[in-house]
Amino acid sequence: MEFFISLLQYPFMQRALICGIAISFCAALIGVILVLKRYSMIGHGLGEVGFAALSLALVLNLPQMYISIPIVIVASFIILVISQKKGESGDITIALVSTSALAFGVIITALSKGFNIDVYNYMFGSILTMSTGDVVISVCLSVLLVIAFVFFYNRLFMITYDENYAKVCGISVTFYQFLIALFTALVVVIGMRMMGTLLISSLIVFPAIIARRLTHSFKEMAVMSVAISILCFLFGLVISSLVNLPTGACIVVVYLVVLLISRVFGLLN
Amino acid sequence: MNIIEIKNLTTTYNGHTAIKDISFNVKKGEYICLIGANGSGKSTLIKTIVGLNKKDSGEIVKNITPDKISYLAQNNLTDIDFPAIGKEIIMTGVQKRKSLPFYKKEDYQNFNEVCKLLDIDSIINKQISDLSGGQRQRIMLARALIRKPELLILDEPCSGLDVNITKEFYEILNKLNKEQGLTIIMATHDLDEVKSSDVRVICLATTIKFDGDINNWKEGE
Repeated sequence: MEFFISLLQYPFMQRALICGIAISFCAALIGVILVLKRYSMIGHGLGEVGFAALSLALVLNLPQMYISIPIVIVASFIILVISQKKGESGDITIALVSTSALAFGVIITALSKGFNIDVYNYMFGSILTMSTGDVVISVCLSVLLVIAFVFFYNRLFMITYDENYAKVCGISVTFYQFLIALFTALVVVIGMRMMGTLLISSLIVFPAIIARRLTHSFKEMAVMSVAISILCFLFGLVISSLVNLPTGACIVVVYLVVLLISRVFGLLN
Repeated sequence: MNIIEIKNLTTTYNGHTAIKDISFNVKKGEYICLIGANGSGKSTLIKTIVGLNKKDSGEIVKNITPDKISYLAQNNLTDIDFPAIGKEIIMTGVQKRKSLPFYKKEDYQNFNEVCKLLDIDSIINKQISDLSGGQRQRIMLARALIRKPELLILDEPCSGLDVNITKEFYEILNKLNKEQGLTIIMATHDLDEVKSSDVRVICLATTIKFDGDINNWKEGE
């Protein structure tokens, strides 16, 4: 622990800690809605879209965020809207959009100069390379998401529980779908730096899945999910610092252990 | 006064014509039972009236604001393991198109009234997955009633529930219709359970096969 505390003296570690807590917070909140609406794999799908967007940004030599954010937002909205149509299921749409995007990403990368270190970092995460800009974006996103979540809490709950009833009541379901798609995309794009495109979905789904079995109401689940997410991130960061392993992977392992403990705890009760 | 006027309505469901050129009016305070075999178009008609299904042709005139219409679905299609307590679910019923997404003092008063009316105080703080089918349906009815509707539209509300619970449920509806003047349109298979009421029966088989008083309805007509 002393070793970890000594690491906190370094600015890169401070940035990693702030970004990690902020992104874990956001991912856990949005994850509650996505898991309950059975869109658990959307994070994984959008991660692959993010990879394609990133490849494009690298080839065009443009700022990565400016390219990734709009592309992932559009993909997120497409997935949620198509999934609503009759006869289309969410997992099929996610599979189609994400694999197509991944294919484009690989082709773009192959046509340029092949994989480079930036793409590798985005695939597997590199929380220790977070910049001050990343810190600002992560904190701003957290604040925005909390404000939106609190302000629209009752509507989000209604739409998550029973979308048809919300439509009958005249609630603009499309607006809230867009809001969910927007925040999911932002969490994925910003979280990609921390967890990588291949592991970002774990940040979204694990806390919600763990919290779901331990709580009885939507509000409890949201609070518990955020708490689990931040604690697992901190443990993952400490473990990765101590054993010098990739942070993203360590966080996922911590989630897995907590999930197993929660299941055993659930069975005993 | 007609609160709903359906004129030459035709609608499809999953590619086939479910309702063909039907017309009827709903007067304020009426209790209408839509009956018919499975696939006769009852649920499609209900979904079209509440706006969950698009019509192909014809017209549905609503002389009532959307805020005064409430709906109870056929089955609770949402995950029964959903982490929500009865109170959270009932309160969503007060949300309206133009209202702010916050609950007001008046909404909590309506909540208390509806809990008393349906005698559900003991179950409102329980998780929905811990409730029986009948209790869950009472919670859903409370959600439909909390907005103080003038028209309640129900789609086979008692499917899958046992006889006693079904009877109890229809007694509540009967009371609401008689004592509060609530207009009811309900798709049902349980016509025997509502026979004591002053009910108008509309029998559907894509078109209207019968439209009249329940006392004039003969099975197999």
